Amino acid sequence: MAHEHKLEIFRGLVKFKSNKSKIWGVLIFLSIVTAIEVVLGIYKPEIFMHTWISPFEGGFFATIGNIILSPFVYMKPLNLIFIVLTIVKAYYIAWDFMHLRDETGSFRKMIVWTGVFLICYIIFILLQEGGYVFGVYNAEDALIKRDF
Amino acid sequence: MNSTVATDTEEKTWGGGNKPLNASYGKMMMWFFIVSDALTFSGFLAAYGFSRFKFINEWPIADEVFTHVPFLHGQELPMIYVAFMTFILIMSSVTMVLAVDAGHNMNKAKVTIYMFLTIIGGAIFVGSQAWEWATFIQGDYGAVQTNGGNILQFGKNVTEDGVTKFKRVSIDDIAIVQAGERVDHERKNGLWFVDEGTLPPYTVSEIYAGLAANEDILVRNQMLDDEGHKTVLSREESLKQIKENGKLVVKGANLHVNEYGTTLFADFFFFITGFHGFHVFSGVVLNIIIFFNVILGTYERRGSYEMVEKVGLYWHFVDLVWVFVFTFFYLV
Repeated sequence: MAHEHKLEIFRGLVKFKSNKSKIWGVLIFLSIVTAIEVVLGIYKPEIFMHTWISPFEGGFFATIGNIILSPFVYMKPLNLIFIVLTIVKAYYIAWDFMHLRDETGSFRKMIVWTGVFLICYIIFILLQEGGYVFGVYNAEDALIKRDF
Repeated sequence: MNSTVATDTEEKTWGGGNKPLNASYGKMMMWFFIVSDALTFSGFLAAYGFSRFKFINEWPIADEVFTHVPFLHGQELPMIYVAFMTFILIMSSVTMVLAVDAGHNMNKAKVTIYMFLTIIGGAIFVGSQAWEWATFIQGDYGAVQTNGGNILQFGKNVTEDGVTKFKRVSIDDIAIVQAGERVDHERKNGLWFVDEGTLPPYTVSEIYAGLAANEDILVRNQMLDDEGHKTVLSREESLKQIKENGKLVVKGANLHVNEYGTTLFADFFFFITGFHGFHVFSGVVLNIIIFFNVILGTYERRGSYEMVEKVGLYWHFVDLVWVFVFTFFYLV
């Protein structure tokens, strides 16, 4: 069993003396992130409630631009912030609590990239089919009516 | 050239006892399980997201649904209790890491204490989730469901400190009870081989009578406006909607109807948090088994506390999943 622990977080910005103090440090960080999420979730600041960029109009390149910038074009900034903060939290849980940081690099990659690759595929299906079903139910000329 | 001579390195590689990627068999298999289970959960969350696209303009606002905190009855405290649950789960993750850390130092007393605290944290979390379910099923204000499956809720505009706000009103306060002609069909008073579910607390006509009698009560439907609030109908429209479209009075939530909005919301709530809660429950059971093994000195004799590390991985995974469920169910 590997006994050495890597004690740096934030790319070496913070270095802890022992594994125990690192755990408490990560706990404090995770609690702060959760607190930020809850406060944002309760107050919902007005500036985060509307997208900052509206979808580009025009030909092929506008479509490409919309796809590349889709998190900014189609998602409320608040939701984007929540998702980013969640991934940050997930990173520290996996790296420090599940001590992936101390595992062999290839072992870490094997776990993380398998998941990331397959989840990207699931997200693609979700957005593709979700967009379709949105059109069927909610578009102007939708065939299905529930307003009765 | 000389086939009888084998080098030392070859013997080390093929002679057995070698660990690929420096991870023991058990630990690696636990990671494989975690990766596949993570994909199961992502599948569920993707299904949830997909269904949300279908009802994107009328999805319930989590802040308005999960407002209860135990012992603080009648107060609207959105998110507070879920945040508390999240904190409990992260905290029990921390005690688990401390147990693993104590295991590396072969400190049996400390492993015992930290495992115990982890179990307590898990039990508090499962208990909280049970309470959350009970509150959700019990319901809050009640609503009327239309023929099309839409939910109409009641409330009135209240001015507090110069700000006019729409405040929900319970159907219990509206309904004017009329002489009931409809009785619950039980086996003892009707056909002995036929059963029916519990009747709704009121009929639509009782609600309509109450709505007509109270001038200030308005109906709101589930459509979200540009500000992200539900649409409040005018007085005439309110009466018209209940009279023409009202089909069923709903209080609380189950798999068929749900007073908070579209039925799918309740279905996914039960399914995803239920599946996660089941994971937490099995995690607690595993932790208890390991806890007793620690007390009995099994790992002391074995010379390694790696088993604690393995259940620890599972326990952290449960925490990891909750972080995502929390975001996608309660925040986004």
